[in-house]
Amino acid sequence: MPESLISARGLTKKFGDFTAVDGIDFDVAKGESFGLLGPNGAGKSTTMRIIAATSRRTSGTISILGRDPEEHGPQVRAHLGVVPQQDNLDTELTVTENLYIYGRYFGLSKKFVNKKVEELLAFAQLEEKKDVKVEALSGGMKRRLTIARALVSEPDILMLDEPTTGLDPQARHILWDRLFRLKEDGVTLIITTHFMDEAEQLCDRLVVMDKGKIMAEGSPAELIKQYATREVLEVRFGSDRNKEVAPILREMCDRIEELPDRILLYVEDGEALLEKIVAKKLHPNTSLVRRSSLEDVFLRLTGRSLIE
Amino acid sequence: MRSAVQIADARANKPGHQIYAGRARAIIERASIALRSSTWVPIATGFIEPVLYLLAFGYGMGTLIGDISTSAGSIDYTVFIAPGLLATSAMNGAIYDSTWNVFFKLNESKLYQGMLATPLGPLDVALGEIIWALFRGLSYSIAFMLITAPLGLVPSWSALLAIPAAVLIAFGFASFGMAITSYFKTYQQMGLIQIVLLPMFLFSGSLYPISVYPDWLEFTIKLLPTWHGIELIRDIWFGVIDFSSFSHLIYFLVMIVLGLFFTTRRLRDLFMR
Repeated sequence: MPESLISARGLTKKFGDFTAVDGIDFDVAKGESFGLLGPNGAGKSTTMRIIAATSRRTSGTISILGRDPEEHGPQVRAHLGVVPQQDNLDTELTVTENLYIYGRYFGLSKKFVNKKVEELLAFAQLEEKKDVKVEALSGGMKRRLTIARALVSEPDILMLDEPTTGLDPQARHILWDRLFRLKEDGVTLIITTHFMDEAEQLCDRLVVMDKGKIMAEGSPAELIKQYATREVLEVRFGSDRNKEVAPILREMCDRIEELPDRILLYVEDGEALLEKIVAKKLHPNTSLVRRSSLEDVFLRLTGRSLIE
Repeated sequence: MRSAVQIADARANKPGHQIYAGRARAIIERASIALRSSTWVPIATGFIEPVLYLLAFGYGMGTLIGDISTSAGSIDYTVFIAPGLLATSAMNGAIYDSTWNVFFKLNESKLYQGMLATPLGPLDVALGEIIWALFRGLSYSIAFMLITAPLGLVPSWSALLAIPAAVLIAFGFASFGMAITSYFKTYQQMGLIQIVLLPMFLFSGSLYPISVYPDWLEFTIKLLPTWHGIELIRDIWFGVIDFSSFSHLIYFLVMIVLGLFFTTRRLRDLFMR
């Protein structure tokens, strides 16, 4: 295993009686793109804040570049670029001023920051908006600016909490493209998301979290291989008949998931199964064969959907 | 050229490095950039208020009152209220930035959350914001001095020492104001600050000596920062420096320290819990 930048053992965070993070272990290697996948309330953001040295753990250990964030908070934060779930840009300042002053918070010289700002404006594709107040920016632009701002100190690790939540598809793709570039440049990324497509796109390796615990760990492909079959056949018989046919279908495949509106059948070959079903004169109203995704992995691990 | 990590490492062995990165000036720099694009109306009103009191009470009511007897002898009423109003200018300036502006940054714009994700500590943020608020108090009191001097209300050159004293008063109010604001969550609670401030100003001896009160009320007023501020400036204004002047100084030093302590602790609890 390559050099480990972050290492957590038995990491736990409680808020009163509520356990937000429940004894998790993980490691993040240098240059890796590491994901925390799970529904809202799984403990992803809390874990991120502990790594970012802005939240104190209840128990367990964590080391970031060999340092305990509780004892070396400012040093740990100097290594990180943080993109929070909700943009907290400085609404009284312009785009350029936002980037500039953030560099100054790290104690960087005016000369260095001014040069860096030009570079980041180009990276975030915000050159034309550089003298505009941030309130006037679109959601996607604000997000790009927040990412650029996090890069002003040339961090070793970039922390992205739900980077594309609330963005339209086009803005998401622009953002993903920017993040790919950072990955290519060797920046270590830590990403939380409840979008499986985002996790598949961006993460080399991820942990699936639910109710403060890690349910599984691996690359997206490994997880799918381990916890799902190659293909999924989705069939709908209408809400009344679904219950009726489910026992029959159960006999015909590796695994079955009954959702309120449809039935998911896990098999190696979806088309072949569909033919068998039709041969039994069970005619579904609609049917769809697709590759298994992380959504299926999550369903398997928790019995619930990612987005509820 | 030092990197962000080298800068943080260099600080790591100093005591209190977890709460103070020694960079309150970055917060002041941010405020000065934001000022360029802010609206000047609320800034002007904060300054004008004491001037209006000076005109209405000094030159209006004052003509009915004539002279007033104080520990410094018998003096013209307008001259009597001028130092109290200068102290009020300093307080107004300090309160403006340290209460409503801080409330907005805490609750609406989440600005401090962003700052504290960097190596900055809560004391950098508290100290930077409070020093900035103090600047406004300083500029208000200088402006007030510039208005009162040509009117013949400033008795001597030594009264110029009222300016550094006003800075101390502004520091105390800014520090305390930010501490209180950091515990407030709603606009209704913020309204309380306004409700408390006006009577504190009116009844703390700015417009008449508090010797007119019954003993218990006089004693109560003497516990308030407004009274200490007004008395401190008045002592300097009329050159009657004695033990009580020092007690006022100490009062504000304590206020500054308490305000910084509670603001820092609250910011840490809010954003680094």
